[in-house]
Amino acid sequence: MSIPRPKPERFRLRRTMMFMNAQKPGLIKDAYIYGADSIMLDLEDAVAENQKDSARFSLYHALKEIDYGNTEVIVRINGLDTPHWKEDIRVCVAGGCDGIRIAKTESAHDVQVVDEAVTEAEKEFGVEVGRTLLMAALESPKGVLNAVEICQASPRLFGVALSGGDYRKCMQVKVIPGGIEMLFARGFMLNAARAAGIQCFDTVFTNLNDDEGFRAEVKQNVEMGFDGKSLINPKQIQIVHEMLAPTQKEIAEAEKIVRAFREHASEGVGVFTLDNGKMIDIAFVPGAERVIKLAKASGIYEGDL
Amino acid sequence: MKNAVGREIPEEALAVELKNGRKYEPYQGKGYRDGKYIKKAGPTSKIYQKPQESKLLPSIRDAIIATGLKDGMTVSFHHHFRDGDYIVNMVMKEIVDLGIKDITIAASSLGSAHDPIADYIEQGIVTGIQTSGIRGRMGDVVSHGKLKTPAILRSHGGRVRAVEEGDVHIDVAFIGAPTSDEYGNARALGGKGDCGVLSYAVPDSEYADKVVVITDTLVPYPNFPPSIHGVNVDYVVKVDEIGNPKKIASAAARMTQNPRDLMMAENTAKVIAACPWFKEGFSFQTGAGGPSLAVNRFLEPLMDEKGIKMAWAIGGITGPICELQRKGKVGKIIDVQDFDVAAIEDIRTNPNHFEMTASEYANPANKGAFVNKLDFVVLAALEVDIDFNVNVITGSDGVLRGAPGGHPDTAEGAKCCVIVTPLTRGRMATICEHVVTVTTPGDCVDVVVTDYGTAVNPARKDIIEALDKAGIKHVPIKELQEKAYSLVGKPDDLQWKDKVVAILEARDGTILDVVREIKPYEN
Repeated sequence: MSIPRPKPERFRLRRTMMFMNAQKPGLIKDAYIYGADSIMLDLEDAVAENQKDSARFSLYHALKEIDYGNTEVIVRINGLDTPHWKEDIRVCVAGGCDGIRIAKTESAHDVQVVDEAVTEAEKEFGVEVGRTLLMAALESPKGVLNAVEICQASPRLFGVALSGGDYRKCMQVKVIPGGIEMLFARGFMLNAARAAGIQCFDTVFTNLNDDEGFRAEVKQNVEMGFDGKSLINPKQIQIVHEMLAPTQKEIAEAEKIVRAFREHASEGVGVFTLDNGKMIDIAFVPGAERVIKLAKASGIYEGDL
Repeated sequence: MKNAVGREIPEEALAVELKNGRKYEPYQGKGYRDGKYIKKAGPTSKIYQKPQESKLLPSIRDAIIATGLKDGMTVSFHHHFRDGDYIVNMVMKEIVDLGIKDITIAASSLGSAHDPIADYIEQGIVTGIQTSGIRGRMGDVVSHGKLKTPAILRSHGGRVRAVEEGDVHIDVAFIGAPTSDEYGNARALGGKGDCGVLSYAVPDSEYADKVVVITDTLVPYPNFPPSIHGVNVDYVVKVDEIGNPKKIASAAARMTQNPRDLMMAENTAKVIAACPWFKEGFSFQTGAGGPSLAVNRFLEPLMDEKGIKMAWAIGGITGPICELQRKGKVGKIIDVQDFDVAAIEDIRTNPNHFEMTASEYANPANKGAFVNKLDFVVLAALEVDIDFNVNVITGSDGVLRGAPGGHPDTAEGAKCCVIVTPLTRGRMATICEHVVTVTTPGDCVDVVVTDYGTAVNPARKDIIEALDKAGIKHVPIKELQEKAYSLVGKPDDLQWKDKVVAILEARDGTILDVVREIKPYEN
């Protein structure tokens, strides 16, 4: 029995990416029930050094035999400084995962090396070349500072994520409420991602008992412009989805823009004014469409666009 | 003959004789006996006109002799001491030692503390069992056909009805009590093994011919206010220990951290909040299991959001609902059993936490029990089928290992009955085509919340409409069952012998289902 997965979409909604140990059948058998947009099956830190091979077996069969439906399935592979990453990639591609998260990315070269190995594996297993997507995790100051070149390194790359644990260690800082210690990394990475036209994801929040702190961090993520967040527990998923959901006012405004633009476009008009006096041109449309998409995903859209 | 839930009820079961001569009927659907009458069966009660100094007897053995217990009689027990109970085993040992046989045990429930009874069943000394719960070795021997007559399994409310109607006649009730005075006024508080309330023992004290109170803590007369009134008690016995206090009152159940349970609990709370009965002054009951218990926690913010309070909560009581009351969000707690130390501590000190009798809680044949005024009940299940029938008594191997408890009573009474259960347990599909045994009929079950989605009984158009309006997704239950089978496979049918080993009574005393002797599985 092999479950066919649709061709991965490079730019889809990825509000939540939930990590789970690829070695734990009880976790990965139905990880999609919690409603995360993406799940992140981990071959790296969650798996002990002497269990890497058994985790790959478990992962391969999960990819082949579990119907994850619309949930995106990404695999975090071991770092390029380990003996495991090449075999990890072969298993990911053979199993047909949607994307691969490159751990500890420090340069465009790192991405390109993985890209080549993925292409090789796609050829080896008869998978359409270019099907498998990539995302890069920045875990060090070097990675952050090279974010600009990293974000532009491969047409497979859909996004870039920050990994706070390692980054903070390198910077010799601890977790600070308000996130001042991460301000530069977050801001710089976001700029690099947007410049390259790819998505950007924030790091995990590890204190599961601190609901208030988690909400504060998600609020800041939203305000800074992140597309989504990495998560370590299912109970964090709904909170992120709720906080990323647009308000009814935002939805109404977006609807107005999309409708008005369609009408005017059919009449050959590119710039026009809404009834509230706001001037609209084509640059507003993708943002408005994104709001509608988010509203639909959040289950709060009642319109017909 | 097929009953209203499609179960074949064999003649052998319908022919089982009840003490009052009432004839068994197959289950006819919910509310079948509404508006009809019963003649209550009073006990034959001894007159104590001359003043007695004391009702104290030196031992259980002396009490058994004094009651005149003999072959063929029925004795009763309550289950407030749960797995810590010593009473059933102590009394039964003395009965057996006295050479009395052909005994029927009619308990409000029996549990794994009562494994020794299995031996008496095998020896043919105990020949009848009437109970809510049947587990452990007792469940095993009954399922293997060792009990002489079919066990009769009833809900908590159904038991009170059966006692009051005289389907079962209790010759001697043995009532364990944390405290008693020498006249038999007994309370659930103040002793070595407090259990909070003695609700399930009350009908026994009122309807048994002879009543023996057994305690380990004698207190000065009058032990007031009592749960069991001395005017109904013939004898009092003091023993060293009525039970193991640690198991009578278990430590407060820790709120589950299992993300699956939490998700189901949250979704259950959302279903409740979407219903029209979720308004100021609503009433609520939930079970003590992981996801059911966690519903309390998710309900609170939804109540706050809407600015409403709960008027009352009933049932087996646990710490979390008491905590909610301390925050001023619950009016009254009406208690039929205490599941943890926190609940016992609360009823000791909280003037808005009351004890009720088993009849007040759930009896379908009185003039309106609490369950009839219940808005919401959240319950667990071993299995639910595509007709919404629930099984909480037989395991996937067909062996008796559970208890209907208050499940069928609250399900029928409440305006909205929500079952919360994972779609699969290990390799077993919880949502299945046909439950092994129907213990709560599908016509009383309204919503099923699983980790893979929620299903609403199509008969409840009002609830479907409410969920649609709130944007809560739900699917046909068939879809959940198919998903479960696609994950773990379709189970082979169990294999049975012909002999009926247990009768599942509906709460109104009709027959919901039977359990037959299990046949060892063969491929």
